[in-house]
Amino acid sequence: MKIHEYQAKQIFARYGIPVPKGEPAFTVNEVGAIAERLIGETQNPVVVVKAQIHAGGRGKGGGVKVVKGGPSEATAVADKMLGMQLVTHQTGPAGQKVRRLYVEQGLAIERELYLALLVDRDRRRIAVMASTEGGMDIEEVAAHRPEKIITLHVDPALGLAPFQARKLAYALGLGAKESMKSFTRLLDALYRCFVAEDCSILEINPLIVTAGGGLVALDAKVNFDDNAEIRHPEWEALRDTDEEDAVELEAKRAGLSYVSLDGNIGCLVNGAGLAMGTMDIIQQYGGSPANFLDVGGGASKEQVKTAFEIILRSPRVKGIFVNIFGGIMRCDIVASGIVAAAKELGLKVPLVVRLEGTNVEQGKQILQESGIAVQAAASMGDGARKIVAAIRAGA
Amino acid sequence: MSILVNQNTRVVFQGITGESGALHARACIKYGTQVVAGVTPGRGGQRFDDAVPIYDTVEEAVKLAGADTSCIFVPPAGAADAIAEAVDAGCKLVICITEGIPVLDMVRVRKYLEGKPARLVGPNCPGVITPGDAGSPGCKIGIMPGHIHRKGHVGVLSKSGTLTYEAVYQLTELGIGQSTCVGIGGDPVGGLDFIDVLDLFNQDPDTHGVIMIGEIGGSAEQRAAAWIKANMKKPVAAFIAGRTAPEGKRMGHAGAIISGGKGTAAEKIAALEDAGIKVAPTPADMGTTLKSILS
Repeated sequence: MKIHEYQAKQIFARYGIPVPKGEPAFTVNEVGAIAERLIGETQNPVVVVKAQIHAGGRGKGGGVKVVKGGPSEATAVADKMLGMQLVTHQTGPAGQKVRRLYVEQGLAIERELYLALLVDRDRRRIAVMASTEGGMDIEEVAAHRPEKIITLHVDPALGLAPFQARKLAYALGLGAKESMKSFTRLLDALYRCFVAEDCSILEINPLIVTAGGGLVALDAKVNFDDNAEIRHPEWEALRDTDEEDAVELEAKRAGLSYVSLDGNIGCLVNGAGLAMGTMDIIQQYGGSPANFLDVGGGASKEQVKTAFEIILRSPRVKGIFVNIFGGIMRCDIVASGIVAAAKELGLKVPLVVRLEGTNVEQGKQILQESGIAVQAAASMGDGARKIVAAIRAGA
Repeated sequence: MSILVNQNTRVVFQGITGESGALHARACIKYGTQVVAGVTPGRGGQRFDDAVPIYDTVEEAVKLAGADTSCIFVPPAGAADAIAEAVDAGCKLVICITEGIPVLDMVRVRKYLEGKPARLVGPNCPGVITPGDAGSPGCKIGIMPGHIHRKGHVGVLSKSGTLTYEAVYQLTELGIGQSTCVGIGGDPVGGLDFIDVLDLFNQDPDTHGVIMIGEIGGSAEQRAAAWIKANMKKPVAAFIAGRTAPEGKRMGHAGAIISGGKGTAAEKIAALEDAGIKVAPTPADMGTTLKSILS
């Protein structure tokens, strides 16, 4: 789960991680007053207006503006930014609509560093990554100057050890007494934050050294481990559903795993691996999947119905391929869910169904007796071929 | 012969009184698995289906019922603790079916497992099965449909549940039986990885070939490819799911995500082919691809 920069910074502040003074704004009207307060408090006329969307690369897309002309200019900048479609390398060509802003104090930057914590699946440890090359795309740095990235792994029993923090501080050129102290304190707080808040990634890019020699998290990216939602009821308040695909959200609420794709063949599959495999085989036969949809191991008739409705409602879908290998999942339940949804919403596109496994005969019978137009497939290869051919015939 | 489990394996089900724990314990018993105990704290002294003794702790299940392997159906919030309990009690194999365990819980449990003799399979996996036949009962520990399997000599190894069933079904249809099928699960941090299981298959005289099914995310398949190239004495076929998956979107499994351009299917397939492993072009060709390397 992703959260906004300003929310991440509010969490940082609770852990004593230094962040610039700032306030979120949801309307243009608020911005002038916030800027005035910040300028008054900091005695610095510079503020920064930042678009809050769940995607990186905002600066290049025009989503971060340094304002030197006081509250009225901040308001003018906000007026342009709020509501714009912000396009970055992570949003796709359509961009993401800006609905929230963050206004914060400007700071004089001496140096820009990079610091991140994440779960390294290969080492099965929390990893700390740091670099002196802050403020740029870290993937670029990793690709072209990998020696500029220092990585170390945290022993879960020991926790992040002071010697590791010192090692990083020296590597980042923060070896002087005062900066060493600020850095080790900051890193310790970040690690505690990562663990207690169940983060999957926590990234500060850039971590700045100010003109006064202090360290400040100028940006903040925090993603949570979705699996840990069970012990974080407070996440619900941090969720911004405007940033999520409405259909994916609906599917998630129904207990389904759904991802929208660009093609025109709707897929309904049980199991993530088989769902990916189904997307692949459709492509192999010259088709293009409209979605990834895993109804899970033991979906109910209602869940299958919801899943099928989600597919039917999509105007992009020109054909549907159901591929079920019933283990725990019973084929008769899948068939009943499909029939219920098709009868309610009407079926205007070709439907190919491949059923295998538990209660397959009952499932096939339910489909046959329902009167809905369905082509049976003998295998997943056969099904993929049939749905691609059916769409070509209809086009 | 087989790997990990056989007809003598004595299984305790942790979470046997929960809905899915009960359902699958019954299916495993029906298959012929020796389910010797269940564990649900607070339900000690009762019996599951009037037969299987239930204990409050895994320690009792090991000491009193002779369990040596645990199968875990405990909900995600308590599942990592259940793994540690089984290991502490002396189970030599722990199979965790539970889906949705927080990743940092697994990081801590993996650390706890270091230096201990227990093996962990999963979490978020279908389990392990050594198919039986009329002459010798098999052992099914997990949620896979038992009836699609057939006793034989091919090892099946996979991150994905239903894709494993698909592969097994294709093999059985082709008349190719399986020695043992192991679902290692799709989570970012888990127990046995591809190499651990490949090593076991390599040493098992009854396994003559292996099919390995991977998916996007991480680099376990690439490391397995290098290991196979250096060590594997038996033919290996493979399939990688997610060729068409876009970057940055999590495909169901917590680990199935392409991030920073890493963990793509193309990268994995190239590594496997470089190691001389035949990769099935589509999931419908898994059985025939394996067949082609056996003969």
